[in-house]
Amino acid sequence: GSSCSPGQGQKRKQSCCLHKIHFILLFSRQGKLRLQKWYTTLPDKEKKKIIREIIQIILSRNQKTSSFVDWKDLKLVYKRYASLYFCCAIEDQDNELLTLEVVHRYVELLDRYFGNVCELDIIFNFEKAYFILDEFIIGGEVQETSKKTAVKAIEDSDMLQETVEEYMNKPAF
Amino acid sequence: MALKMVKGSIDRMFDKNLQDLVRGIRNHKEDEAKYISQCIDEIKQELKQDNIAVKANAVCKLTYLQMLGYDISWAAFNIIEVMSASKFTFKRIGYLAASQCFHEGTDVIMLTTNQIRKDLSSPNQYDTGVALTGLSCFVTPDLARDLANDIMTLMSHTKPYIRKKAVLIMYKVFLKYPESLRPAFPRLKEKLEDPDPGVQSAAVNVICELARRNPKNYLSLAPLFFKLMTSSTNNWVLIKIIKLFGALTPLEPRLGKKLIEPLTNLIHSTSAMSLLYECVNTVICGLFFQLCVQKLRILIEDSDQNLKYLGLLAMSKILKTHPKSVQSHKDLILQCLDDKDESIRLRALDLLYGMVSKKNLMEIVKKLMIHVDKAEGTTYRDELLTKIIDICSQSNYQYITNFEWYISILVELTRLEGTRHGHLIAAQMLDVAIRVKAIRKFAVSQMAMLLDNAHLIASNTQRNGICEVLYAAAWICGEFSEHLEEANQTLEAMLRPKVTTLPGHIQAVYVQNMVKLYASILQQKEQAGEKEAAQEITQLMIERLPQFVQSADLEVQERASCILQLIKYIQKLQAKEVPVAEEVIALFAGELNPVAPKAQKKVPVPEGLDLDAWINEPPSDSESEDEKPKTIFHEEEQRHSRHRQPEIDEEELARRREARKQEQANNPFYIKSSPSPQKRYQDTPGVEHIPVVQIDLSVPLKVPGMPMSDQYVKLEEERRHKQKLEKDKKKKKQKKEKRGKHHRHNSLHTESEEDIAPAHHVDIITEEMPENALPSDEDDKDPNDPYKALDIDLDKPLADSEKLPVQRHRNVETLKSPDSEVPLVEKKSKKPKKKEKKHKDKERDKGKKKEKEKKVVEEEEEEVKKVILQDLHYFSSCCYLLLSSFCCLGTASDSFLQVTVSVIFENKSTSFLKSMELNVLDSLNTKMLRPEGSSVHDGIPVPFQLPPGISNEAQFVFTLQSIVMAQKLKGTLSFIVKDDEGSTHEKLDFKLHFSCASYLITTPCYSDAFAKLLESGDLHMSSIKVDGISISFQHLLAKICFHHHFSVVERVDSCASMYSRSIQGHHVCLLVKKGENSVSIDGKCNDSTLLSNLLDEMKETLSKC
Repeated sequence: GSSCSPGQGQKRKQSCCLHKIHFILLFSRQGKLRLQKWYTTLPDKEKKKIIREIIQIILSRNQKTSSFVDWKDLKLVYKRYASLYFCCAIEDQDNELLTLEVVHRYVELLDRYFGNVCELDIIFNFEKAYFILDEFIIGGEVQETSKKTAVKAIEDSDMLQETVEEYMNKPAF
Repeated sequence: MALKMVKGSIDRMFDKNLQDLVRGIRNHKEDEAKYISQCIDEIKQELKQDNIAVKANAVCKLTYLQMLGYDISWAAFNIIEVMSASKFTFKRIGYLAASQCFHEGTDVIMLTTNQIRKDLSSPNQYDTGVALTGLSCFVTPDLARDLANDIMTLMSHTKPYIRKKAVLIMYKVFLKYPESLRPAFPRLKEKLEDPDPGVQSAAVNVICELARRNPKNYLSLAPLFFKLMTSSTNNWVLIKIIKLFGALTPLEPRLGKKLIEPLTNLIHSTSAMSLLYECVNTVICGLFFQLCVQKLRILIEDSDQNLKYLGLLAMSKILKTHPKSVQSHKDLILQCLDDKDESIRLRALDLLYGMVSKKNLMEIVKKLMIHVDKAEGTTYRDELLTKIIDICSQSNYQYITNFEWYISILVELTRLEGTRHGHLIAAQMLDVAIRVKAIRKFAVSQMAMLLDNAHLIASNTQRNGICEVLYAAAWICGEFSEHLEEANQTLEAMLRPKVTTLPGHIQAVYVQNMVKLYASILQQKEQAGEKEAAQEITQLMIERLPQFVQSADLEVQERASCILQLIKYIQKLQAKEVPVAEEVIALFAGELNPVAPKAQKKVPVPEGLDLDAWINEPPSDSESEDEKPKTIFHEEEQRHSRHRQPEIDEEELARRREARKQEQANNPFYIKSSPSPQKRYQDTPGVEHIPVVQIDLSVPLKVPGMPMSDQYVKLEEERRHKQKLEKDKKKKKQKKEKRGKHHRHNSLHTESEEDIAPAHHVDIITEEMPENALPSDEDDKDPNDPYKALDIDLDKPLADSEKLPVQRHRNVETLKSPDSEVPLVEKKSKKPKKKEKKHKDKERDKGKKKEKEKKVVEEEEEEVKKVILQDLHYFSSCCYLLLSSFCCLGTASDSFLQVTVSVIFENKSTSFLKSMELNVLDSLNTKMLRPEGSSVHDGIPVPFQLPPGISNEAQFVFTLQSIVMAQKLKGTLSFIVKDDEGSTHEKLDFKLHFSCASYLITTPCYSDAFAKLLESGDLHMSSIKVDGISISFQHLLAKICFHHHFSVVERVDSCASMYSRSIQGHHVCLLVKKGENSVSIDGKCNDSTLLSNLLDEMKETLSKC
């Protein structure tokens, strides 16, 4: 991709080419952001600008077009599940199909955890969605390829939380 | 579902939880902003409360708002508070918030270091996990540096959950703190063979990512990855590995052949599209070319000229992008040089350029030289000549190992009649003679010979391009006349009447350089006191110079008449017996050095000079064009600057630089960047347009007395052979010496280019750079590319300085719960204390034996210092074995220390113990020396068995990087217990404690030396105070002497000075003062870390009193 806008291109290069997956965005058909995970450090202002831009690009695409978009010096890989769009930004040499599989795996994980996941689950338990994502991907790299292990790690840490809750509910608190 | 259970409990506790907030926002669609600002106010109130649960809830809500686009950076400190909550529920929320909104610019981030370290070492794996996950999002260079060692330790955590995360985070740490790569890499590499597939795949991920950016450093891992690729069934891992091989194949062409089969299999068998795509992609980008080249070979081998031609043509296209894959077909290309068809020969020549190496250069050039001799038709011959020169001179003479050979090749090339490329040869002669200092003597002798035989070269002067070489010859002989043996003869050759038939510019150089020659001869004669000879030479000049004065060429005429006058003047002085040589030689003093093309760019900007600042303020826009003030600057420039904004962005600068270059290129008065004098020739009129008349000579011209390049080829071959033999010998020796090192990856490139060292050490003069120029590599690198920093050689052994910084415990950390630190074994060890004491006595008996051992070691190793370190640590298991390590023989060499630890094994049980294996978990600093070929997981077998009640001792060697820090190594002893009922496998965990005190040698010191040491001011200072001391001062000093290896220098009342030395020669001085119930110790030492660790250890000893 060479359509990097001048000036900004320099900056992007500096901070962006650090990871395999640069960021993951979840947004609704109405263009509402539901989850954002950045594996690069960028100023908030720039993040907001990028989010706006990408949501617009993807929402304006026809349903039947491919899932890949060249964007600046990165590639966007996205997929729609029900009312939610899942979008990843990856580097030039990275494998698009693999990224689609990553997205799909994440949806599967959410599904397992919430049981038939829907957009509302993610809205109301957005921190859980983050925790699941963190168990699956770390620093832009897939850390756990086994569904079972990833979900188990979340549930185990939830159980840990459970005992703490019980502890807090004791009269002493 | 865990989630359901968790829900509800939090709801009841707060006015508004996250769900309420989300619901609220959805219900206030019209006035969302107002509602949210109201919520933020509430949150601010909640954050002020002391209850951590309330705070966590507030931070959770903030994190949601952050996603909606609200700035929450003001709450950074509260987030840290929640992160440091002891309860996982809150900690997790804190870390989530931090990972969403912290970045390198967040200033409070440095406050988190200790908290994160504490969480990393938490006994709860989820605490550790959450800290690692958070770190992956907001790690800064500082955090990376401070925590690198902690994270590296976690790579060997018992839980795969943690290992996996730690491995992945390490990649981020490398990016932020590249120094950590080398120390951490061995452990990372180990993880490739981790029993847990998740950890393994994480390690593959990280190494593949690293290798993709700097593949050459990871070539040695290729066999390992190949094994993984053929054995792994995990598609995620496979894709990574294939990607890695895609990066490695261009560097190691042989890999391609190996890969084709497994890749083809994968392509045929896999059902995963992503994997299929990756395979195909790799094949297209790399392997494909190898396949193509192999097929093209068939084309070229075909007898059909057309196919041959097209094959070569296609080859040359591949050569541009994948030179390595073409290189293996050198034999075939060389054959094509013999082809009858000139067009095919020319194609083959093109290809050769990209195929040479140090190894084959001479061979290829030799072949080309034969073709030069045989060649019919000047076009092809000229093409050969240029190719020879191109091939030899490419990449700064990278492939030339013997410059004598090259010079003689150049000289041989002067035999070429009728070539248009004389100036090329001349330029090469000049360049080599100027830049390769070591070759000057040889070059001068060859050039002198050329000058002597000028009549052969210049036989048909005006129409012969080859006479250009005389230009170079004359200049070299003049400039480096100090190397000339027969200067007189050369001078005479230059003064021959025939010279006047040479082209004008050559004559001009002749004239100028004969003065240089004359000057050096004059000096020589004067120094030898041969006045007459000096006068004779002057006379010769005066006689012969007039022929140049009459030249039709202005330059020659002017120089000659000027010089003639000068020499006449010298003659007058000589007649008066005035010594003149020194003054004449001063005319040519100083050396000419080549200037680097980048030199101008490298001139450092002097301090205080701002190149972007205005020299003259730009006139305001209101001013009309013609009112513009007159400046010394170019008008164009002035107009430019008027339009320019004060801030110029990169793009504009680049554009301007480009424009300037263009302008300079067109400006005849601008000195071009190339240092080669070649350019000057291009301007020489006529040379190229002169019709070439072919002279038919039946016998190839040989300049009499000239050395043939062949003889250098032979010499060089002999030299290489000898070198190789020597190297082999050395290698064998090394192998004998170093048992521990293995060179597995060497087998991969046996014919390494680097094996061939240049003949006499030739140092190619790097072109001159301005003073204070920046190091040259830098400008080739993109400073913004974070991967460049990771371009690190991983095969070099670790140096002392590369150790990862290990954080000392600060006061803050004493809050840490002590349970996590105390190892199980140490608890156990309290039980059999009595036995220990007994044992100590035994050790003393063994004192003599120790002495013996010491001698043995001394004989084996020639290293300098040998020290006995005592009483390392005791540990034991109540049931079967008593282990005690008692002594340590250390050898200090410059880079690392070797310590031998003797361990006594005492069988306390009634069973027979056998197959004992001792293993230790190496730390970065301290490593157990294992036999060749074994990994760090392998234990070392104890060379004996133990019947009941028997004790024996075994020695283990450790290498240390540094002694300033105490080390505790965890270890395991596995053994088989055999009794009547059968045998069982047992394990004994222990800890090996290398205290800092054990590295001190009791060394006596006199009080005056001690005083001098204290005054020197080279020592760092630190002190401690211990309360509640009841023992006598005498007793206390004895304790310090015994346990910490000090000696008393002086004692006055309840005050004493003490001294000791480390095995690395650190001085340690103590001043011990006893108060009422306390004792204070002031210490001074060369190394502050060592000192503070020593004092800490002392504190521990004393607090037990």
